[in-house]
Amino acid sequence: MEILVCARRVPDTSENEIELNNSGNDIERDDLVYSINEPDNYAVEEALQIVAREGGHVTVVTVGSEEDEEVLRREMAMGANQAVLLSDEAFNGSDGQGIATILKAYIVKNHYDLILTGVQAEDGAAQVGGMLAALLDYPYASLVNSIQVLDAKKLKVSREIEGGSKEVNEIDLPCVLSIQTGINEPRYVGMRGIRQVASVEIPTLGLGELGVDAGAVGEAAAKVKRVDYFVPVAGKGAEILQGKREEIITKLIELMKAKGGLK
Amino acid sequence: MARIFAYIEHKDGLANDSAIEFLGTAKKIDPAVSPTAIVAGFGAGLDTTCNSLLNSYAEVWKVAHEALAYPNAELVRQALVAILPAGCILLVPHDHFGIDLSPGLSIDTNSAFASDVVDIEGVEGNSLKLVRQEFGGQVSAHVRCDISSGAILNIRPGAFKPQETLALNAVLVDKSAEVGTLTAKRRFVETIIADGGGVDISKEPVLVSVGRGIQEKDNLAIVQELADAMGAVVSCSRPVVDAKWLEKSRQVGSSGKTVKPKVYLACGISGSFQHLAGIKGNPFLVAINKNPKAPIFQVADVGIVDDILEFLPELTSQIRETCCVSAGK
Ligand SMILES: Cc1cc2nc3c(=O)[nH]c(=O)nc-3n(C[C@H](O)[C@H](O)[C@H](O)COP(=O)(O)OP(=O)(O)OC[C@H]3O[C@@H](n4cnc5c(N)ncnc54)[C@H](O)[C@@H]3O)c2cc1C
Ligand SMILES: Nc1ncnc2c1ncn2[C@@H]1O[C@H](COP(=O)(O)O)[C@@H](O)[C@H]1O
Repeated sequence: MEILVCARRVPDTSENEIELNNSGNDIERDDLVYSINEPDNYAVEEALQIVAREGGHVTVVTVGSEEDEEVLRREMAMGANQAVLLSDEAFNGSDGQGIATILKAYIVKNHYDLILTGVQAEDGAAQVGGMLAALLDYPYASLVNSIQVLDAKKLKVSREIEGGSKEVNEIDLPCVLSIQTGINEPRYVGMRGIRQVASVEIPTLGLGELGVDAGAVGEAAAKVKRVDYFVPVAGKGAEILQGKREEIITKLIELMKAKGGLK
Repeated sequence: MARIFAYIEHKDGLANDSAIEFLGTAKKIDPAVSPTAIVAGFGAGLDTTCNSLLNSYAEVWKVAHEALAYPNAELVRQALVAILPAGCILLVPHDHFGIDLSPGLSIDTNSAFASDVVDIEGVEGNSLKLVRQEFGGQVSAHVRCDISSGAILNIRPGAFKPQETLALNAVLVDKSAEVGTLTAKRRFVETIIADGGGVDISKEPVLVSVGRGIQEKDNLAIVQELADAMGAVVSCSRPVVDAKWLEKSRQVGSSGKTVKPKVYLACGISGSFQHLAGIKGNPFLVAINKNPKAPIFQVADVGIVDDILEFLPELTSQIRETCCVSAGK
């Protein structure tokens, strides 16, 4: 099975406190720790496990810039066979439909049986996978938390619905699935693995090579644009307990007793 | 101004809470427009839902189709493409169904798409200004949406106040005939209900809940010891379950359990809306987090800015000394 995984490099929210920059038009990006978007990493692991069972190849693709190569290399160190960077100044400022349009252009020039995305990017809208499927006229399932290959033409997938319940579907190939965290246990990537792929050539394709219509991507085509970031004014907000740790603990114990949290 | 539609999710003849919330959302987009409800499905439940909506929506579109007896988003999408007028705005709940349906629908209808919308600031010409959150709720963003060819908006459940409008002379329009045949390359097989195995956190009065801030599986012992000293039970956020450190039955949130404790201690949990969605009944909420800007502090009653790996063990020993519950429940 030929599998394409769409992946993105994002600021890692578990490693950073996200703050606004001085002009409020963006988050403060200096000193941010970036990593692969969490569900995308699960998607790569899932692709590797399917290929280990069924045969085939895993390709990882990102729409971005040179800086994003680091996540492609990381996923190659994990075991992906190839990586591709789709990059062009004309792509800057694309909205979700623009990103999906660029990915589609790459996909129709190649052959993939299965395309995986993450459910949502940290600063995203859980949209690119569903848009890509509609552009390709492939079936789509979101929030996928298990995949079973039934035969060369179809999969059995389950989707995560409310309260931890699952919705089981059969879906025809080729298809697009958005992968939810927790579907598997992504393998560890060590420094050694990263070093081994450090000098692998990663092909970069731009507007011309992909045959993307310049009018369909980039800022001018974007129907949805972020204007600025702000920190919402909190409601009443928590009463922050102040003082030495012992004092805070004494106060907290009193409060919890009063509220029935301690017998 | 564009026509506004509200997609109504329903089950067993009952409309989802989003139905009355969408009346409020629509008002914020355009107070002059009366939104139209769209209800798709099959059988008695569909009719009951439609009739109940006639009290609050001036117009209700019913789409009855055997293939829609289960709301397979791939089929619902086809049905909507067939009936939606060009250039309209459609409101959809931002949940597992809306996430499945809307991005693709925005392509099929050539509309703008925005998801997890938490507020609407208004419309200027063809530009709708709305608010969404990014980075797990740490920051919010204003987003402009070009609605000249319509828009699909996935709205966060609970973000808009329910609006009890009274519709007079409401009309029910049967749109079923316009839908035609529906076939999808994805077929619904069955729903598997989460098994109730393990501890039932949904009934526990005191929960010590742990998040990614615990950092390593081995550190969970700290949390268990605190819970034992308090006579409480351990619950958690999703990343702890994803990492397989605790069972799924311990997860609080939209894709986990709904809990209604008296006291909830959130330890190293940032406070994403999916997590908060599982905490009901307005408990006394204590948040312990080393980041003073963590969103959880906006909703907690009491906050402590500290490192849980240091704070929790000290809290545990203090409780053991001063409280009557013996260690190890
Ligand atoms: C469709 C969908 C469904 C979801 N369903 C759920 C759900 O049901 N339940 C759920 O919980 N999530 C759910 N999520 C995930 C959710 O969006 C968040 O990613 C998740 O809740 C974050 O968990 P967290 O707060 O533990 O981790 P993080 O957001 O990473 O926060 C960790 C926090 O710990 C703090 N911290 C770190 N180290 C320490 C320390 N030593 N001491 C003190 N504080 C520390 C950090 O400051 C941070 O605030 C869902 C997501 C999606 C897309
Ligand atoms: N620039 C991009 N390049 C490659 N894949 C992307 C890109 N943006 C989003 N994706 C994929 O689409 C998923 C959902 O992203 P989003 O719709 O932005 O929340 C991500 O988890 C990725 O798998």
